[in-house]
Amino acid sequence: MTEKYNMPDARGHFGPYGGTFVAETLIPPIQELNSAYHKYLQDPEFLSELDADLKYYVGRPSPLYYAERWSRELGGAQIYLKREDLNHTGSHKINNTVGQALLAKRMGKTRIIAETGAGQHGVATATVAARLGLECVVYMGAVDVARQSLNVYRMKLLGATVVAVESGSKTLKDALNEALRDWVTNVDNTFYIIGTVAGPHPYPAMVRDFQAIIGRETKQQCQELTGQIPDALVACVGGGSNAIGLFYPFIDDPSVRLIGVEAAGDGVATGRHSAPLCAGRPGVLHGNRTYLMADDDGEIIETHSISAGLDYPGVGPEHAWLKDTGRAEYVNITDNEALEGFYALTRMEGIIPALESSHAMAHTIRLAPTMRKDQIIVVNLSGRGDKDMQTMAKREGIEL
Amino acid sequence: MSRLAATFERLAQSGRKALIPFVTAGDPYPDFTLPLMHAMVKAGANVIELGAPFSDPMADGPVIQRASERALAHKMSLSRTLAIAAEFRKTDQITPVVVMGYLNPIEAMGYEGFANAAQRADIDGVLTVDLPPEEGEQCAALLKERGIDTIFLLAPNSSSDRIEKMAAIGSGYLYYVSLKGVTGAGHLDAGDVETKLKQIKSITTLPVGIGFGVKDAETAKTVSSLGDGVVVGSALISKIESNQDNPERAQEEIIGLLSSMRQAMDS
Ligand SMILES: Cc1ncc(COP(=O)(O)O)c(C=O)c1O
Repeated sequence: MTEKYNMPDARGHFGPYGGTFVAETLIPPIQELNSAYHKYLQDPEFLSELDADLKYYVGRPSPLYYAERWSRELGGAQIYLKREDLNHTGSHKINNTVGQALLAKRMGKTRIIAETGAGQHGVATATVAARLGLECVVYMGAVDVARQSLNVYRMKLLGATVVAVESGSKTLKDALNEALRDWVTNVDNTFYIIGTVAGPHPYPAMVRDFQAIIGRETKQQCQELTGQIPDALVACVGGGSNAIGLFYPFIDDPSVRLIGVEAAGDGVATGRHSAPLCAGRPGVLHGNRTYLMADDDGEIIETHSISAGLDYPGVGPEHAWLKDTGRAEYVNITDNEALEGFYALTRMEGIIPALESSHAMAHTIRLAPTMRKDQIIVVNLSGRGDKDMQTMAKREGIEL
Repeated sequence: MSRLAATFERLAQSGRKALIPFVTAGDPYPDFTLPLMHAMVKAGANVIELGAPFSDPMADGPVIQRASERALAHKMSLSRTLAIAAEFRKTDQITPVVVMGYLNPIEAMGYEGFANAAQRADIDGVLTVDLPPEEGEQCAALLKERGIDTIFLLAPNSSSDRIEKMAAIGSGYLYYVSLKGVTGAGHLDAGDVETKLKQIKSITTLPVGIGFGVKDAETAKTVSSLGDGVVVGSALISKIESNQDNPERAQEEIIGLLSSMRQAMDS
């Protein structure tokens, strides 16, 4: 690659993807957000406040941990884990909410809303709202409220109102619909903190920029620990924020393979999955053009995944672009395979990963043995598994 | 002259305002819609907005969301919505039909394919909620080539710049969303609407239909005096929802409400 990667364009397009596909009432607040984002992401004072929050509140930098035993066991590449699970609130989601909350404060907004699937983004949003003393409403599909009840309780403790969304498939996409409806109704005082690299421009670029700290740290830490940069990066892809956060600083390093892992649910062939990049088609949903799971009539199809955070029919538009250009590869992992990843990390390294992250672990089990021992894989451990204890116990037939 | 332009001109000449009902195609079942469209015209409707159901109607309140869900349960789709419009056109060559919906079903057909299908169905306008002018020029141009108007939304917070943009690319009429919110929401403020309409009218000569928050004959009358037409959707669809066991009564109640609006608007 000779030209530096420089996406999106000024109107938020990644090639044919991205853009601003929203109803008219949302155009003015999106323009307002876009100017604030462009202004403050160059503003030294804003950036130093963000750095301080990431250091003292989130606990960054997160370690790059050498999974020595697991690497030996798999007998191929050396595996390093980027420990986003050690962040305050237990996942990468807080990198983004800290950033957007600082923007909200600068923009004089008094009310925060968010959508959430697994509840990690909801918790990370409720957390920053509590800290800034802002009203917070989190929309969550009713199905997810049931399977992630621990996180619902955490959000409530933090002072947020959690609204169970009963429309459609009652999962993440419906929570996003409902959050958009709230925003359109309360545009004047409300800041919508989107939890992934989806939504209308500038969200995909802005959330990426806040998450890119993951990749920047990884690059430096990997150099320090091994004297080289990684050969492959592996991350799970729901909306795609932890993946793009890790990938982005490496896009111009052609020797680094970028591998996104989608949720195959019961298996892509069954149609019961959440893998739009592997098995979907381009379309428009939630403000941007990207790969979607839709039928021939363009109606969105219900998704399936053991992990609530990956249960989404779309994906960030930048991933659609990276797929089409061939810069990144996208694979998929079924529910059962993800469980293998879950148990492997738990038993081999004493780290219980989130079910979302377990998809990345499961692919690593397949990838590492195909690589040389002097090669390096960095896997994004996007979150910890505490929130999934209920789901896991239930699968094992244990009553908690 | 397009059917929409002719309709607004005819109404203006007689000093009347357009009554524009919105119903979701195929709600509560596919065969319900065609006779309802004809009956609405008899009751005084001048333009029909026919909603193409979508799985994720992000700008709609619960009433129209559920209408979409009922229609989708019967496998209603954008192409079947166009088929109903084509059927309507066979016996009514005067009343304009505007297909209103979300972009993804159009993306699935392809813009060119959709424009051709819309032309074959002889519809008059297309309103795509999540396709603002900055992303919508290509689609609008394809429709224009085929004599079909693209109707854009304007909101209370739309700046003069944006009104100019819509006026330049849009045709037929502009749809003014009277309040910040989703369809079927709260109360519109007539004073606010009046102020905004003055601004819009100072920029464009396109007719302006006003919708969101029109619930009964009284609001229809108030709102019609402020613009060129009144759009009513959720209030009609509620009648379908509350009479699911009795579709005949649903139609009667819709027609009753529309007639009372027509009367109030004309008096
Ligand atoms: C731990 C964890 N990883 C990954 C995801 C998926 O989101 P994204 O693809 O935006 O990183 C979630 C979402 O809830 C999550 O909680």
